[in-house]
Amino acid sequence: MYAFEYHRPASVKQAADLASQFEDSKFLAGGHTLLPTMKLRLAAPANLVDLGQIAELRGIERSGSTVTIGAMMKHAEVANSGDIRSSIPALAEMAELIGDPHVRNRGTIGGSIANNDPSADYPAACLALNATIVTDRRKIAADDFFQGIFSTALDEGELITRVAFQTPKQAAYAKFRNPASRYALVGVFVARHADGVRVAVTGAGSNGVFRVPEMEAALNLSFTPEALDGISVSTDAMNSDIHADAAYRAHLVGVMARRAVQAAASRS
Amino acid sequence: MTTVSLTVNGQSVTADVDPRTLLVQFLRDNLRLTGTHVGCDTSQCGACVVHLNGQAVKSCTVLAVQADAGTVTTIEGLSQGGDLHPMQAAFREHHGLQCGYCTPGMIMSAVDIVNRKGHSLDEETIRAELEGNLCRCTGYHNIVKAVAAGAQAMGQTPLPQAAE
Amino acid sequence: MSATGIGAPVRRKEDQRFVTGQGRYVDDFNRPGQAYAYFLRSPHAHAAIRSIDVSQAKAMPGVLAVFTGDDLAADRIGGLICGWMIHSKDGTPMKAGPHPALAQGKVRYVGDHVAVVIAETLAQAKDAAEAIAVDYDVLPAVVDTAQATKASVQVHDVSPDNTVFNWHLGNKDETDAAFARAKHVTKIDLINNRLVPNPIEPRAALGEYDPGTDNYTLYTTSQNPHVARLVLSAFIGVAPEHKLRVIAPDVGGGFGSKIFIYAEETVCVWAAKKVKRPVKWTSDRSEAFLSDAHGRDHVTHAEMATDENGKIIGLKVHTIANLGAYLSTFSSSVPTYLYAPLLSGQYDIPAIYCEVDGVYTNTAPVDAYRGAGRPEATFVIERLVEKTARELGQDPAEFRRKNYITQFPHATPVIMTYDTGDYAASLDKALELADYRNFQARKQDSARRGKLRGIGFSSYIEACGIAPSQAVGSLGAGVGLWESAEVRVNPTGSVEVLTGSHSHGQGHETTFAQLVSDRLGIPIDQVSIVHGDTDKVQFGMGTYGSRSGAVGMSAIAKALDKVIAKGKKVAAHVLEASEGDVEFKDGRFGIAGTDRSLAFGEVALQAYIAHKFSGQELEPGLKEGAFYDPTNFTFPAGVHICEVEIDPETGVAKIERWTAVDDFGVIINPMIVEGQVHGGIAQGVGQALLEGAVYDQNGQLVTASFNDYCMPRAIDLPSFQVGMTVTPCPSNPLGIKGCGEAGAIAAPPAVINAITDALGHEDIAMPATPQAIWRAAQKARMPMAAE
Repeated sequence: MYAFEYHRPASVKQAADLASQFEDSKFLAGGHTLLPTMKLRLAAPANLVDLGQIAELRGIERSGSTVTIGAMMKHAEVANSGDIRSSIPALAEMAELIGDPHVRNRGTIGGSIANNDPSADYPAACLALNATIVTDRRKIAADDFFQGIFSTALDEGELITRVAFQTPKQAAYAKFRNPASRYALVGVFVARHADGVRVAVTGAGSNGVFRVPEMEAALNLSFTPEALDGISVSTDAMNSDIHADAAYRAHLVGVMARRAVQAAASRS
Repeated sequence: MTTVSLTVNGQSVTADVDPRTLLVQFLRDNLRLTGTHVGCDTSQCGACVVHLNGQAVKSCTVLAVQADAGTVTTIEGLSQGGDLHPMQAAFREHHGLQCGYCTPGMIMSAVDIVNRKGHSLDEETIRAELEGNLCRCTGYHNIVKAVAAGAQAMGQTPLPQAAE
Repeated sequence: MSATGIGAPVRRKEDQRFVTGQGRYVDDFNRPGQAYAYFLRSPHAHAAIRSIDVSQAKAMPGVLAVFTGDDLAADRIGGLICGWMIHSKDGTPMKAGPHPALAQGKVRYVGDHVAVVIAETLAQAKDAAEAIAVDYDVLPAVVDTAQATKASVQVHDVSPDNTVFNWHLGNKDETDAAFARAKHVTKIDLINNRLVPNPIEPRAALGEYDPGTDNYTLYTTSQNPHVARLVLSAFIGVAPEHKLRVIAPDVGGGFGSKIFIYAEETVCVWAAKKVKRPVKWTSDRSEAFLSDAHGRDHVTHAEMATDENGKIIGLKVHTIANLGAYLSTFSSSVPTYLYAPLLSGQYDIPAIYCEVDGVYTNTAPVDAYRGAGRPEATFVIERLVEKTARELGQDPAEFRRKNYITQFPHATPVIMTYDTGDYAASLDKALELADYRNFQARKQDSARRGKLRGIGFSSYIEACGIAPSQAVGSLGAGVGLWESAEVRVNPTGSVEVLTGSHSHGQGHETTFAQLVSDRLGIPIDQVSIVHGDTDKVQFGMGTYGSRSGAVGMSAIAKALDKVIAKGKKVAAHVLEASEGDVEFKDGRFGIAGTDRSLAFGEVALQAYIAHKFSGQELEPGLKEGAFYDPTNFTFPAGVHICEVEIDPETGVAKIERWTAVDDFGVIINPMIVEGQVHGGIAQGVGQALLEGAVYDQNGQLVTASFNDYCMPRAIDLPSFQVGMTVTPCPSNPLGIKGCGEAGAIAAPPAVINAITDALGHEDIAMPATPQAIWRAAQKARMPMAAE
């Protein structure tokens, strides 16, 4: 790891000020992507702004049909939240599938979303649950937020503060893990909202998380696994690596989508 | 340099550290608590697992400065007095270790599993919860047995107030 | 059987320190004034080095020194060695290229050692390494095992076509004749995938030099510290043997990868004198992936001939073995004498012929990894036997039974003489434990749930207890493979055993003490096992090849016999009897037919106070040493049965049942033996389903971290059903065969045989990942469409 200056702001304002004060700075949330990258000397921020002590970035609130999660809430906290378990159980279950128990004790929702790793789980949940990403500057619809691998709508120094999820009628997440890394080789989040079904896929796409309009249309007509028969995603848009080539990933998108629909449809 | 103050195995510790010091380096190099091991550099093997504020974390992926004002328990602080912690005893009794290198992280993870999931653990739960700990020696067979037995024993033994 | 004697599941003495975090591994040692080494490694698989400019690096903060290959050469430090000479078919010696500890003029794989920085801190050393300017002339790389000899790229000047040797074993004419009269011939093409050993403790070295005494000390993660000292002194020349102390303290797993003498420990010892400071290097996992010796990496075509009665009459094997960019310490022996002699398996095969081409590529060196040659042989024979049984329409278990060797000793056509065994007994027990008779019902149940279930056998044999020194010497080994022991009895009757074996997870501190407790009749807590320090222990050969029980403990048994013999002499004087009347039983020296006897401890005290005998009659003291050279290999064997269920939609194969029935001869501690079996199976399952080192065509290691190299996790494995049968080994005093590698040898074909059984065709390679199985399952479903 290269040397850096460490800053520990107590408020969002202070954090934002530090980020604007130091050109070469990075926010440190749970650190479970950033620190390994820095350890391998693949990232070298001169300033690290630790968000760990900012109380206003924490908390989970239910309000009407929305569940809002503070950006520094850890995966384990989301997985174990009674409010989330009762309102969007699929979101809690998804959080419980991230990494391993130790990772879930440190990794945060805000960090995951801001990083937009193409095989991370949260981006799929955000798209499927029609989330609104709240920053220190504005609100961004999830549909506008994710802009290709490791790329988001966030501006330089802009900080995610909360994420608001729309409570669906039914939802489920089906994940096929990369055998080695345990990231999503393919993860499909299916959510049935009052205003329609959303299907979001992570892990598979060569350009990061994406929705599948054809599946959504079919599921709007019939929210059953069978409704997806005959629908496939194009291999052209699929990622390919030693673990899974494009054809296998495209195939798994279909399998995981059907399994997610099955699980979602079986929820009361 | 940044000052960190934390409680490690019940002892207050204050030190000036380079901010890039990882918690595991602080424990091993500054405090000479070498029971916490490093087995990878990608946050996967779990040899470095300690409890930070009562939760199992990979100390190779936490900066010492992030643990400031926190409470850390390492393998050296798990047992009180001369007796083994029930989970340590279970690993010994059920041959849940061979070379011993992954063992401290395994045991700290196992105690954390019990803290979260209770004393009656089935095999599938244990295997799933050991997701973040690699062992190359045992094939996990006896680790699974040890964790189940240790969990039971933790339910039966009145535990002294843990260091955390 | 006593509670702590031979056969008892004694809880391990070493565990107290390991479960409390008090183990002492190399990286836990720190010496006053210690500096840190960081190696600049080649980013290229193959390149000529035009120049190395270290001037800027040397000026960086905290830097004590920067060294390159020229500095080693100037000090006449020799290259790393390969200690086993293989001769090609035509009688020519293998073509060993130079292997400098730091590159001289050329780098040959990604991770090859270019330079070393010694600095006050590791971070400073890394910073300085980035400031070293290396001007590379990047060359094309040869990576693919099968294509290595056809490539235009030349890894070493000494070998124009990248061939290290063309070696063979067996009788070609007899084998050809057998195939000519065969009723049926089964052919198979196999790849034995390259593996990264990955003990959870990465390698480490801490070198120290004392200018006052001119003594060197090396703390190192070694399975064989004396061999390391011998090689470092006699061959590489970093220090005289008697001036170099090598300490291998607690070592966190080895699996073969810590047998070898690597560049890093060489440089740490040498540099400690150069910079007049202790020098420490600890590998990180990324370095381990690049530079630990890898395992396996064979490409094989094999054929099996059977007669009209379904008896195997011949076996032909051609293997290309990738040895990597340099010959590692024992690399040449692994695909030759540790491989081909096992190709007869458990079967009576009258004619076998095997050819092996060892090749250089621009990849990490390949050497022994748990099983070392024997897993590769077992994969060939067990895949072929399974496929033959299927082609002949025979039950794979019964086909094996029909071809088992039943008369012992049995000389195979490939050197080995099997001493004893009862293969059918293991098969019967395994079939029973695996509930084979109800397998079809389980398969149908799986089918009803849309799943494919398969069962696979592996009837393996291995050769352990390596090895008779004269025999291995005649085959090219540079060393003898005996073991040493010294038993020191203290005046209080407690005992220290100094053993040349090294424990890095095997539990020697317990099992060796069990032997002593059993033989001397003293409590096990009165016994200490001392190992891993060349200043304490007499020369010994170390631990690998499942040899520490059969060879290491036999040396201890021999020394114990001498202790008892000497004790009888002492007791005879004390009891005023003739030596011939003294017998030793249950820990007491007594006179036959009387109640006069002395406890072992009393005799020990008498030996040291020496009041009851004169110096002319008897030497005082009670300390005996022994060297034990085995008279044959040992032949552990058994049957493993794997049952898998495949989800054809995703390709996920779940191991539903694992049955292992092994014959390890006499067992000292069944708890520890079963643990060895479990761990071996896990590594074998890892090879079959999860693990594979992948280089791209440029020689970059794609699987360079745990993010891409899939290690077995708890969730990937079932609990194992382990049973034993026992035919004592006749060639050593304890009847031990060895158990450390069996699981890793047996498992891969059992898994693949189960998967191919489930799929209904043979076309799947290791690792059988979900993607590979899914694709293979597509083919199984649409046999016509695939044509």
